Amino acid sequence: MDLTTNCLLALHLATLPMALIDWHAAFFLLFALVACGAAVMVVLTDNVVRMALHLVLSLGATAGLFFLAGAEFVGSMQLMIYVGGTLVLLVFGVMLTAQTKLVTLQTPPGDRVLAGILAAALLAVLVQSAVSIEPWRQPGRAVTQPPTATPLGMALVGVRVDRQPVEVESRPRSGYLLPFEIVSVHLLVVLVGAAYLARAKRRRTPRPIDVVASADPPPPVRQPRREEREAASVLVGGGQ
Amino acid sequence: MAEFLINTLGFPAWLAWSATAGVAAFLILNVIAGGALVFIWAERKIAARIQDRLGPTRTGGRFGWLQSLADGIKLLAKEDLMPDGADTLLFRLAPYVSFCASFCAFIAMPFAFDVVGQRLNVGVFFVIAVLGLEVFGVILAGYASASKWSLFGAMREAAQVVSYEVPLGMCVVVPVMLAGSMDLVTIGEKQAGWISNWYLFHDPFTFVIFWVYFTCAVASVNRAPFDLAEAESELVAGFHTEYSGLRWSFFFMAEYGSMFLVSGLAAVLFLGGWNGPIPIAELAGWSDGSAVTAPYAVRLLGCANLLAKATAGVLLMMWIRWTLPRLRIDQVMTTCLKYCTPIAAVMFAGVMLWQLFLPGGLVPGGRQGAISVREGWLEQAAEPPAEAVGVRRSVPQQLAGVAD
Repeated sequence: MDLTTNCLLALHLATLPMALIDWHAAFFLLFALVACGAAVMVVLTDNVVRMALHLVLSLGATAGLFFLAGAEFVGSMQLMIYVGGTLVLLVFGVMLTAQTKLVTLQTPPGDRVLAGILAAALLAVLVQSAVSIEPWRQPGRAVTQPPTATPLGMALVGVRVDRQPVEVESRPRSGYLLPFEIVSVHLLVVLVGAAYLARAKRRRTPRPIDVVASADPPPPVRQPRREEREAASVLVGGGQ
Repeated sequence: MAEFLINTLGFPAWLAWSATAGVAAFLILNVIAGGALVFIWAERKIAARIQDRLGPTRTGGRFGWLQSLADGIKLLAKEDLMPDGADTLLFRLAPYVSFCASFCAFIAMPFAFDVVGQRLNVGVFFVIAVLGLEVFGVILAGYASASKWSLFGAMREAAQVVSYEVPLGMCVVVPVMLAGSMDLVTIGEKQAGWISNWYLFHDPFTFVIFWVYFTCAVASVNRAPFDLAEAESELVAGFHTEYSGLRWSFFFMAEYGSMFLVSGLAAVLFLGGWNGPIPIAELAGWSDGSAVTAPYAVRLLGCANLLAKATAGVLLMMWIRWTLPRLRIDQVMTTCLKYCTPIAAVMFAGVMLWQLFLPGGLVPGGRQGAISVREGWLEQAAEPPAEAVGVRRSVPQQLAGVAD
């Protein structure tokens, strides 16, 4: 036995505990702990911005869980929509309010009890449904082939590659195109509505010809309200 | 490399994997940090030349090429200040959040054939999603500094980045559509061959949309003329007004890292990735353009190609920065909503129609058509499951079945 083999043997022996760890489970535990811990911190903190930070941590750890499960598409989606998009908007809104008395939130005790009951009920339902799924109870079924997002994309345009041809024959219109369109039109309506509600309500200055015709003094142009001016000045950076 | 460590050297599996990951992370970290040093020096020289000056000339010999290193040492020696009203934890955390986001996006970034941290089948999407997280660090910095300049800067950044993600996403979808895959490695492989195979020259629409992508990328990494978040003529230094020393330099490393990343992404998506303008390796018979046959020299050549293209992109950004004046916030929003988004949408539709009606390009027999891209999807997706034995219809047949 030469020196190299001896060294390697020693290395193996010295690090035996490390080799015995199931790393997949270890990382799952790590991410799950971060997600749960951060979620608890969201509830316990009373500073709005810290809450948002903890929420980001929690959602990010959930994305990590998705990546760990090989669901890269869902993980990226989680990062993009929840962590990236929604939370930026959340923080954006929080910053407009966080300078004043809203910076610390005091929850009335009644609300706490109510929220506790709600959360416990939700948890019970989730645990019950998770336990009732049969395949999840069998341990250690490894994923043989890394799943891809391709079946999802194909199903979106109406080709179900994940089904038997016979099934496709019997229900030809089973793609996701129609639900997708319905949801997107819904979202579009919501967006247009939001833009309509949030628009600056500016009255048009009447044309001179109308003023002459009616022989009335022109109605005063409405000054923007104080909040509007402030909101604008925050973006432009002046006017304080 | 991990397999080599396990099989040949007899390392324990966990050690081999962590060592491999460590080496990869070390290399990427060096690309970012070393790149930042070089780029800061280049930026000074380019700025100086554009403004008819000389720039740094003395530090480290003739061209002042040690200037960024000297700056780095100065930054290390600076006092680490924190404002009185600052939110201590968030103030300290913010630079690392920015830097980590920029760093993590490199995980899915391919440098050559299979020289990639982790090959993800949704690589494009992952990079865009993670890059979007960088803004979170900026927002935290702006809030935690307890300074109005920082807060203004962060607000502008948030508004800007959220808006520019829309046209950016639309531009990125075009190469994805052409390649039929979100995998960055696949997208790069499809552009192998002569320069005419690059998606930039695929059709007129992709040529236009590349420039829209570049504009949006400049805006999303917060560079001039879109650097509203740190507009020094109005906001002192914007979101990093209160930062000094090492924390400040983390913001800058994140910025240069993201610049390099979006340029590299542009190179992979539109400029042929690691394939040079002339397929030297294929002509010389060293490889046939795929990862399997490429020897290490060819991979090294690929890396050099990609790095050169990404560097060219960064230099172009610098040229833009020192040429154009900074936009106002309303002009930034107008550029995004009234110009970039509609142009991107129209070009997207144009590429779609082009793929439908002229799938082979103007030169007959030149290129892979849309049908074969779809067939490629089917082959990928429908590795028939074990229980599914039976006649599987081809995609056109299935599509026809859906249509009637």
